[in-house]
Amino acid sequence: MTLELISFIVLAFVAIATAVGMLVSRNAIYSALFLVLNFITVAVFYLFLGAPFIAMAQVTVYAGAIMVLFLFVIMLLGAESIAGEFNLRKAIFPGSLALILAAESAYLLITRARPAGAIVPPDAAANTVTNLRDLGSALFSQYLLPFEVTSILLLVAMVGAIVLIQREKRVP
Amino acid sequence: MFLAEPTVSGFFFLAPWLVFAPVLGLLINLIFGRRFSETLVGTIASLASGAAFVVSVLLTWSVAAAGGHAVSVPLAEWIHIGDLQLDWTFRVDSLSTTMMLVVSGVGTLIHIYAIGYMHEDVRFKHQEDRFSRFFVYLNLFIAMMMILVSGDSYLMLFVGWEGVGLCSFLLIGFWFELDTLGRSSWANSNAAKKAFVVNRIGDFGFLIAAFIMFWNLHSFQFDQVFSAAEGASPGVIMAITLFMLVGVAGKSAQIPLYVWLPDAMAGPTPVSALIHAATMVTAGVYLITRSAPLYTLVPQAQYIVALTGAVTALFAATIAVGQYDIKKVLAYSTISQLGFMVAAVGMGAFAAGMFHLITHAFFKALLFLSAGSVILGVERGHHHAEHAQHAKGKKAKRKEERQHAEAHAGEHGEVFDANDMRNMGGLRKTMPTTFWVYMIGTLALAGIFPFAGFWSKDEILADAFSEGFTLIYWLLTIAAFFTAFYMGRQIWMVFFGEPRHAAAANAEESPRVITVPLMILAFLSVVGGALNLPGLHTLTAWLEHTIAVHAGEFVWSVAIISTVLALVALYLSWLLYGRNPLRAGEIDPLKRRLGAFFTVLENKWYVDELYQAIIVTPFVKTSQFLADVIDWRFWHNWFHETVIAGGYNWLSQIVLNRDVDQRGIDAVANGLGSVTQWLSVTLRRIQNGFVRSYALSVLLGVVLIIGYLIFK
Amino acid sequence: MIPINYYIVLSAVLFTMGVVGVLVRRNALIIFMSIELMLNAANLAIVAFARAQEITANKPLFEGQIFVFFVIAVAAAEVAVGLALIVEIFKSKRSIDVDQMSSLKG
Repeated sequence: MTLELISFIVLAFVAIATAVGMLVSRNAIYSALFLVLNFITVAVFYLFLGAPFIAMAQVTVYAGAIMVLFLFVIMLLGAESIAGEFNLRKAIFPGSLALILAAESAYLLITRARPAGAIVPPDAAANTVTNLRDLGSALFSQYLLPFEVTSILLLVAMVGAIVLIQREKRVP
Repeated sequence: MFLAEPTVSGFFFLAPWLVFAPVLGLLINLIFGRRFSETLVGTIASLASGAAFVVSVLLTWSVAAAGGHAVSVPLAEWIHIGDLQLDWTFRVDSLSTTMMLVVSGVGTLIHIYAIGYMHEDVRFKHQEDRFSRFFVYLNLFIAMMMILVSGDSYLMLFVGWEGVGLCSFLLIGFWFELDTLGRSSWANSNAAKKAFVVNRIGDFGFLIAAFIMFWNLHSFQFDQVFSAAEGASPGVIMAITLFMLVGVAGKSAQIPLYVWLPDAMAGPTPVSALIHAATMVTAGVYLITRSAPLYTLVPQAQYIVALTGAVTALFAATIAVGQYDIKKVLAYSTISQLGFMVAAVGMGAFAAGMFHLITHAFFKALLFLSAGSVILGVERGHHHAEHAQHAKGKKAKRKEERQHAEAHAGEHGEVFDANDMRNMGGLRKTMPTTFWVYMIGTLALAGIFPFAGFWSKDEILADAFSEGFTLIYWLLTIAAFFTAFYMGRQIWMVFFGEPRHAAAANAEESPRVITVPLMILAFLSVVGGALNLPGLHTLTAWLEHTIAVHAGEFVWSVAIISTVLALVALYLSWLLYGRNPLRAGEIDPLKRRLGAFFTVLENKWYVDELYQAIIVTPFVKTSQFLADVIDWRFWHNWFHETVIAGGYNWLSQIVLNRDVDQRGIDAVANGLGSVTQWLSVTLRRIQNGFVRSYALSVLLGVVLIIGYLIFK
Repeated sequence: MIPINYYIVLSAVLFTMGVVGVLVRRNALIIFMSIELMLNAANLAIVAFARAQEITANKPLFEGQIFVFFVIAVAAAEVAVGLALIVEIFKSKRSIDVDQMSSLKG
């Protein structure tokens, strides 16, 4: 039982617990906050997996921007008090179906996907600036097109969001 | 189609005119008869028949000149199918020329007689425009009879056989809407039908014989059949001959198919004379004589033939004793004499049989024609009596007389049977010529020396005696006794005594057109015996060219016995009928003596009633049953209507319409619609608008796909 | 020394919970958050596999990380638009209960 394993188990437990909390909370704010925690936990996992940039991006974008946006909208709509309780009886069939999906996908990924094996925790080299610099240069050279397209995507999303809001007002 | 002309000398090439001349005559009378006068129609018909007679004479001469050899005169091809090769060929030999002479000779005389007879008869029946039709039928008969006697094969003979049967039907039923007394009735047409039907039964026997003949001997032509018969099995020949006997029994009125001939007296008297005395009925005798080579091969069949003839002779003779109708007596006499002929040919005495055929043609035609003359005379007398009454009625001054006369005048057209001998009597004074010729005919028939009948009948009896056919001899002898008796009875009743009715009292002699043929026939009846006198055997020698015959011996004892018996019979008849002549309204003296037995004879031994009960009534009942129950109720009503039509309707309406179409196909079609509806109703519930359930379906699909991928 | 299978199982579990959340919760925002959870679980799996590749190839590889980077970007865009839509719907229906948005019911 190494330290990594323990920390992994603890973190996994936290991730799952926060996910469950998100699901069962009556208050939408609580669900959002649980999800933030979940995201942060996942970011730690990213660190474990030698992807510091992604971890930071996760915390910044996901937990910081997306979930804040969520919170804004929740509070805007006053959804914290909207009744959306978790009905256990109705969850049986989808739950079991989802369980099957989980089992299937886990099985599939484990047996069919390569590679299987142990993961060596990242050496220090992975979390260095040099690594980050290489990733950045790869991003802007090799993957430039997807990068630009994504920027356009973001632009479109912004415009779309505004247009969706605006349309209501234009019609007399 | 027409074969090459024969190259023999003589008048053989004239043979087809035996048939063509009468046919020509009948065609002329058929097309133009209505426009011609009666004399012209009769003359054309008689000339046609006379032409046939002239041709017969020439052919006879040609045969004699050719030494008696047979000559075939081919005319045209007929049937050429497989094994059967038949042509229309005339066979001119001594046997056929003999028949030709008799038929055409006697036939021509009767044609002439018929001119006068029918002239009066159509006036009595008030149907003057039917005169020419009679002569058309007579000529047709001559033509058919010629085909019969001159044919070269059994099939051609059968054509003539059927043809004379048809003419018999047409002529018997000449007054088809009347009966013999002139009243409107079915009687005459029934008699014609009876003749045709009974003849048909005989023809059936003939046909079976012909079929057996063809099947075993492979031909119909006479020479081929006779030569093939030598090698055939006796059973086959016996079958052929016995079935032919059935045909003979039908055509020549033997037991058991004689019943049509007495009824055939419904036809006019020339018909009775020509067809039912002289010619058609002798066709059977001719057939057996022609088939002599077949019959001599099977003596048992011959004996059956002879026995049939002898029994018929006696049987018919007994019936003739009890008849009152003058023509019926002669009819039964004909049956009896035909029995003599059939017995003769059955015994192998073909020459004797043919001899009797010829002499019988003479005196029986004579007797029938004279009877016709008598009937006409009595009819004339009846009309005169009525007119006299009628005239008297007008002139009567006194009221009573006038009333009485008028009452009697109303009886003009009363039912008066001119044929009934009980209405006659004393006619020898008013109709002398008729009386004398009738006397000659009677003596010839009774077999009194030296008339023709004596010689021919005697030859038959002598042959029977000397050949050892004892039973047949005695049957024939007793029949001869009866023959003389009933002829004598007839003479006394008709010509002697006092007239028993006003009609007989006023009777008149017939005109010359009637009496001259009678006298010619009377002459032939007297000298006819010269044809085959014992010792000369002219006819036997003549026929020997064609068939194997032997000359009959003249047996003195037989001749004396038969003559004595005839004279005794005539004396007996005089005792009963001549000495105390019958008066009007008296009962027949024989009836008084014999009582019930005479009634049996009078009713023809009830044979017709027997046939009616045993054959006709069950047949009619069966056919009614078949028609009504089987055909109509079963076949039509049940089978067709119920089973077929009803079944079809059931099939189409119930099964196909309701079950198959409505319940089956419509159900399927409607069912598809409702299934689709149900499906759509059911599936519509998936579209509930809830996003989560859509998501659930997506999840389900994903799970399934991944599951498939796992288990692939 | 954590086997990759652990990460995969974790990822699957998180994904499953996201699915359950989508299916069961009626609040549209919670559903949206569950979708984000699902995306996250998928990202985790991708990064885990990328790391495994690196170890196997024994040199640094960036494909997985870049991929995840783009996923995050797209998720952000998607959230923006999606929330705008939810706001719109709330404006017209005065509710974000997805069960009440069944006008496509047919």
